[in-house]
Amino acid sequence: MAKSIDVSDLHIYYGDFLAVEGVNLTVKSRSVTAFIGPSGCGKSTMLRSLNRMHEVIPGARVEGKIVVDGQSLYDPSVDPVAVRRQIGMVFQRPNPFPTMSIYDNVLAGSRLNARRLKRSEADAIVESSLRRANLWSEVKDRLGRPGMGLSGGQQQRLCIARAIAVEPEVLLMDEPCSALDPISTSAIEDLIHELKTEYTIVIVTHNMQQAARVSDDTAFFNLKAAGQPGRLVEFNPTRKMFSTPDEPSTEAYISGRFG
Amino acid sequence: MTSAPMVLSQARLPRWAPALVAVVSLALAGLPALLSGWGPVRWVFAAVAVFLVAMPLWSRLVEGRRAAVDRLVTGLIHTAFGLAVTPLVWLLYVVVRSGAPAINGEFLSVSMLNVIGAEQGGIFHALIGTLLITLAAAVISVPIGILTAVYLVEYGGRSRIARTITFLVDVMTGIPSIVAGLFALALLMLLFGPAFRAGIGGSIALSLLMIPTVVRSSEEMMRLVPDDLREASYALGVPKWRTITRVVLPTSLAGLVTGVVLAISRVIGETAPLLVVAGATDGVNTNLFDGRMTTLPVFIYSQYASSTPVGYQRAWGGALVLIALVMVLNLVARVIGRIFAPARGR
Ligand SMILES: Nc1ncnc2c1ncn2[C@@H]1O[C@H](COP(=O)(O)OP(=O)(O)OP(=O)(O)O)[C@@H](O)[C@H]1O
Ligand SMILES: [Mg+2]
Repeated sequence: MAKSIDVSDLHIYYGDFLAVEGVNLTVKSRSVTAFIGPSGCGKSTMLRSLNRMHEVIPGARVEGKIVVDGQSLYDPSVDPVAVRRQIGMVFQRPNPFPTMSIYDNVLAGSRLNARRLKRSEADAIVESSLRRANLWSEVKDRLGRPGMGLSGGQQQRLCIARAIAVEPEVLLMDEPCSALDPISTSAIEDLIHELKTEYTIVIVTHNMQQAARVSDDTAFFNLKAAGQPGRLVEFNPTRKMFSTPDEPSTEAYISGRFG
Repeated sequence: MTSAPMVLSQARLPRWAPALVAVVSLALAGLPALLSGWGPVRWVFAAVAVFLVAMPLWSRLVEGRRAAVDRLVTGLIHTAFGLAVTPLVWLLYVVVRSGAPAINGEFLSVSMLNVIGAEQGGIFHALIGTLLITLAAAVISVPIGILTAVYLVEYGGRSRIARTITFLVDVMTGIPSIVAGLFALALLMLLFGPAFRAGIGGSIALSLLMIPTVVRSSEEMMRLVPDDLREASYALGVPKWRTITRVVLPTSLAGLVTGVVLAISRVIGETAPLLVVAGATDGVNTNLFDGRMTTLPVFIYSQYASSTPVGYQRAWGGALVLIALVMVLNLVARVIGRIFAPARGR
């Protein structure tokens, strides 16, 4: 069911610009893997290459290999649409659909694919997704209102609800709590713990405590120097990473003695 | 460290200051106007000039430099606005004044068939012709235009084909309407023989004029849809074509409608190409594919060309109806835009 992801020798480009260089790591199934590192080091880029969202940007391409559940992700025979149905994503910036109500935003995965749902089924999906994203109590009386009318943090939770409503096998989350208060953050972390029993989760975060709290493995990315491509510095179980990291630069970054 | 207190407030002129200066300017300019017998136009111009000098000066003395510049530019912009709307208001006034007396039930409901001399007659046939020909032109050009824009925005990127299409569309924008008419005429003659005349020929000519406008405006609107939304859709496993039909087009719908209506407004008043291909007739013809068809602009042209008082009367009446038609069209587009605009707010 849940998928593991093997990344080997991955180079990621924007046109001629090499953004991320030589990444090797394995995301274990039914676990949470955290990506940490300074701004601009390529965490989002790396994350987006895991469900073939990277190639949506004109000129962007990938070299190397990503194997999901025994299949090479970038094999020519692989349909990116099918990949994205299995590997869902929450973006760094909230992006609800402006033409849709809150209700329809949660169901967007089915609605946009013209999948027919019974009214009772749809209601159930909306309620459970919104509850899990800790948004239900705030919006249950205005589900018909536009999704754009929510606050930034509410929109972010709406996008989380939208991503989990389609029940992907793997969920990629790019700083899902960056605009959230501690209460919602803790609800999202509970959600991650809950989802972990069935799904594989990769989360990008700038919050060290969060990485330590929710993840099983942690990948630390860094730039060699300004203007150089980002690279994976260290990839280890989170417990080891936060107690006895292999690299001095990891230790420096985690303890805040960096930059 | 001690610092000077922060200065946040400053002397301001009272709210009624611009009104006061305007009245004084009018009065000042009125003096020479009375003495040398200027007309109202010169008087207003002189008053505006006085205002544009006096208002910033007063502001400079009381409020300081930045506020004075603000007052000056505000004044200039209002003046430009006035200059821009004057011809429009004037035109509307003249058309309503000259056209309104001609409008009555009969004028709108009968054709010119068997109307002799100074009998009243009407524009019914031309109204039907305009509506049918313009509608058919829209039916031809809206799908072509919007699909071309979809290609340019979503698929073409910066490829050679896309750049070529953009270039050709720009060239098409400059086609003189009479050339479009001659093209449609030549096309119909090739297909159906030299004596063939039909309303559809007019529609073809008009669609040649409409397509570039529709392509350009739709392209602009669809480029305004943020990539974030496309990505959100892709990330849910939605294929590209569904992303276009379900996310990009609905999000830009209000703008697309406005673009189409602007394109229609632009061609609904075309005369020359229709005179060439669709010809003119006095009777009602509801078949687009056979026989001559009169449109409002052609009707106005031929009535005015008859140089009789009743002909002038009919021409003004027709002009008023045409303007009203365009206005209604724009209102409808606004309503549609309002209904489909991406919902915001709570
Ligand atoms: N669309 C793009 N086109 C070209 N270069 C890009 C694009 N997006 C990102 N980059 C570049 O790729 C590098 C990595 O960016 P990325 O967004 O992955 O950083 P990040 O680690 O997610 O940073 P943050 O923590 O600020 O989100 C940066 O140098 C950035 O300038
Ligand atoms: Mg990022």
